Amino acid sequence: MKNNLVALASGILFGLGLALSQMMNPNKVLNFLDISGNWDPSLAFVMIGALGVGILSFRIILKRPAPVLDDAFHVSKKIHIDKPLVIGSALFGIGWGMTGYCPGPAFASLGLFSMEAAIMVISIYAGFFSHRLLSNK
Amino acid sequence: MENFTPITALLGGALIGLSASLLLLLNGRMAGISGIMNGLFSSPIKEEVWRGLFLFGLILGAFIFQSFSESGIPLRQNYPLWAIIIGGFLVGFGTRMGSGCTSGHGICGISNFSIRSITATMTFMASGMITVYLLKHVTGLLS
Repeated sequence: MKNNLVALASGILFGLGLALSQMMNPNKVLNFLDISGNWDPSLAFVMIGALGVGILSFRIILKRPAPVLDDAFHVSKKIHIDKPLVIGSALFGIGWGMTGYCPGPAFASLGLFSMEAAIMVISIYAGFFSHRLLSNK
Repeated sequence: MENFTPITALLGGALIGLSASLLLLLNGRMAGISGIMNGLFSSPIKEEVWRGLFLFGLILGAFIFQSFSESGIPLRQNYPLWAIIIGGFLVGFGTRMGSGCTSGHGICGISNFSIRSITATMTFMASGMITVYLLKHVTGLLS
């Protein structure tokens, strides 16, 4: 029960952050990726703000034996860099550069009643399910 | 460099960092959106509930901001549909194959000093920039 309230609160904060930082403005994202054009470096500051908080707090949090409301941390222990990681990330970057949406801003934009974001979210799920079908073979 | 908004970007980023920290400290979960979205339809019911609530919160947060801010987030009009459909598919497929997106790798993973996440983030940043360069300045397909 408490975990669910935490998830809801965390989601609201995340959505507010995406909106305030304008990560949800896909044209602004494309201007950030357009380094040879009219470059808008603002979104680098989103990363700086998020990592400034995250790097500091993750150090402290992960020293605990377990999170407050669960038995263990659910954190990936993989360390090897493999082909799927690099190829998958490269494909994701192509889609990001084509649209200006990564998954968070796309999903959050459903709250703006954006038809474009709704089509984006459906297409993202088509990608999820295709990957699942291929990797289950 | 017009439309440069470093202050709201920093503050918004800090909120995202705070959200990820809360989810990790209390629930022990990484705030990777592509993983949470994917898990919404592939987990036991108990696991799906918190994911659904997180995603509902994401929408609610954006809605609250849009309702109370003066300028708000502009809705893009008439962007080519083919780009959204193909691009969206690549975002979905790529984030599953690469185990994460901007939030999971770019924020949570790097905050955890994960070499995999640093590699992934540099890769999707670079391929995103190359894609925009090719589509906008070389072919003019999307300008």
